[in-house]
Amino acid sequence: MKIVVCIKRVPDMESRFRITADGKLVDEAGLKFDMSDFDGYAVEVALQLTEKLPQGEVVVVSLGPDAVQEVLRKALSMGAARAIHLKADRVPADGFAVARALAAELQGGGYDLIMFGKHAMDTMSGVVGPMTAELLGLPNVSAASKLDVASGKGTARRELEGGAEIVEFPLPAVVSIDEGIARPRYPSLKGIMAAKKKPLETKPAQLDVARLEVTKTELPADRQGGRIIGEGAAAVPELVRLLQTEAKVL
Amino acid sequence: MANVLAFAESRGGELRKVALEAVTAARALADAEGGEVHALLMGAPGIAAKAEQLGRHGADVVLVVEHPALANHSAEVAAATAAARAREGAYGAVVFSASAQGKDLAPRVAAKLGVPMAADVLSLEGAPGSVSVTHPGYASKVTRTLTLSAKPAILSLRPGAFTPAAVTKAGRVETLAPAMDPASARVVVKEMVQGRSGKPDLGDAPVIVSGGRGLRAAENFRLVEELADAFGNAAVGCTRAVADDGWRPQSDQIGQTGRTVSPDLYVAVGISGAIQHLAGMRTAKTIVAINRDKEAPIFKVADYGIVGDALEVVPALTAAVREAKQGH
Ligand SMILES: Cc1cc2nc3c(=O)[nH]c(=O)nc-3n(C[C@H](O)[C@H](O)[C@H](O)COP(=O)(O)OP(=O)(O)OC[C@H]3O[C@@H](n4cnc5c(N)ncnc54)[C@H](O)[C@@H]3O)c2cc1C
Ligand SMILES: Nc1ncnc2c1ncn2[C@@H]1O[C@H](COP(=O)(O)O)[C@@H](O)[C@H]1O
Repeated sequence: MKIVVCIKRVPDMESRFRITADGKLVDEAGLKFDMSDFDGYAVEVALQLTEKLPQGEVVVVSLGPDAVQEVLRKALSMGAARAIHLKADRVPADGFAVARALAAELQGGGYDLIMFGKHAMDTMSGVVGPMTAELLGLPNVSAASKLDVASGKGTARRELEGGAEIVEFPLPAVVSIDEGIARPRYPSLKGIMAAKKKPLETKPAQLDVARLEVTKTELPADRQGGRIIGEGAAAVPELVRLLQTEAKVL
Repeated sequence: MANVLAFAESRGGELRKVALEAVTAARALADAEGGEVHALLMGAPGIAAKAEQLGRHGADVVLVVEHPALANHSAEVAAATAAARAREGAYGAVVFSASAQGKDLAPRVAAKLGVPMAADVLSLEGAPGSVSVTHPGYASKVTRTLTLSAKPAILSLRPGAFTPAAVTKAGRVETLAPAMDPASARVVVKEMVQGRSGKPDLGDAPVIVSGGRGLRAAENFRLVEELADAFGNAAVGCTRAVADDGWRPQSDQIGQTGRTVSPDLYVAVGISGAIQHLAGMRTAKTIVAINRDKEAPIFKVADYGIVGDALEVVPALTAAVREAKQGH
């Protein structure tokens, strides 16, 4: 069982974000970074699956500048066997460009499972996984909240609005991981030491022109919040009046 | 804008509200340049009966694909069919919902067509040769404007962000065959798990009553459910703290790592308003907060706040809402 997990390095979402002077992007200077949340869940699921199976191996891949090696090392210290760094000056905003570069690397890698996070915390798009599946001609399951594999077959649960579906699919396949499925383990000291010796290969990312551009980034206008209308049950009639006459939702 | 293709999502033989939202947004894009809206409707035989409803929301043409194997949605068949149609129709844009189905489907169609896409779109604007959209980024702490210049522009719309509008069109029906044999789909739905029956889903409900740790115990969620019932059209949500404690199922969690919702009214009960929670609900049109602590951050985003004990305020609100509803 050979699993590859695609992981992205993103800023800590607790940060106070500022916008670059040209108004186009989030200014990432001086921010703390980490592995994107859902990608951490995917690494954990991959580790759990391979620990159960003979000859399990987890490979991690990240596309971006040299700094992405931090998150690759983190995955190695969690237990991944080796890492691939697809080097690029920056990660393009165009998820299709990223998917093409990842597909070019993963093609012919002999992976039984190719895993992604449900979405990256910065783009919040969830497109790179299914696009990569399509480019590789593999079955795809988006946002799995449960995943099992056995004898060349996978079973996953997907949450739908007002329900869920259980799907079956043949391997190799692409699966992206939702929350709730596993909490990422903390790297142990032993894991951190071992990670230093694990192979991390760097090669150039095959990126072509991006055809999607971020033309503006804004901090949402602060809501006109903070209107406390009263205390306790005594304030209820006034709230109902406002919901009826002002907000018109009742 | 040339013609625009809208994917009309259905489940169990019924159109979903997001299908009408997709047609409405497609109409706005098409109108900018006098193009037509074509809606793609797929399902088991009988689904054609829903074409008329799409016409009433602005579809000029409804492309109907009926097949017995399409009783359950198949992303593979839908992606193959939508991509084949998009290639043939030379559309300016193809519009999906960023629903569970649409999130799975839209990127595959984009990859088949070899073009980028914009996901979870909050607003859009067509210009000759390009489409600009806004969508959330960085845990919903920023709004990004994306410009797509490739044709067609593939978009998935945040459920609830586009209000379905009635624009009566002829809604001419054409039938299409699926672009692949549904029997050869590799990902197969083995089972549909029903959610709580009769309750609207978080993504569809115009009102959400959501509870946090301030409710103090799992059994007090009864109060939240009763308030939701009083509204009649409300769904119940919760914070991660509550889902982690097992008071509510994970699927009810709203926030950065849970569901993202945009209801007309969001009532936050005993919720502190951590940024990870706000990430999932700050686009609600009206926010009400009930919290014992007047310094709780939720009050900074709430349109209307009541400082008080949830166990006392919620039952009073439930009674008042019930009365207001009866007065109608
Ligand atoms: C990576 C990451 C991702 C996360 N993702 C999410 C997410 O998706 N969704 C999410 O919700 N959280 C998420 N969290 C957790 C988030 O940070 C908060 O911990 C959580 O939202 C708090 O839940 P709460 O408001 O129910 O509880 P608390 O923060 O404990 O707040 C309880 C509130 O209830 C009030 N209260 C107490 N008693 C009463 C009473 N009797 N009547 C009225 N009010 C009362 C208190 O004043 C307090 O404001 C995430 C955290 C991390 C680190
Ligand atoms: N630069 C990258 N390097 C490796 N994996 C990535 C990269 N960007 C996105 N991914 C993967 O694709 C998923 C979805 O990203 P997105 O479509 O941007 O939301 C992420 O959760 C990662 O698993």
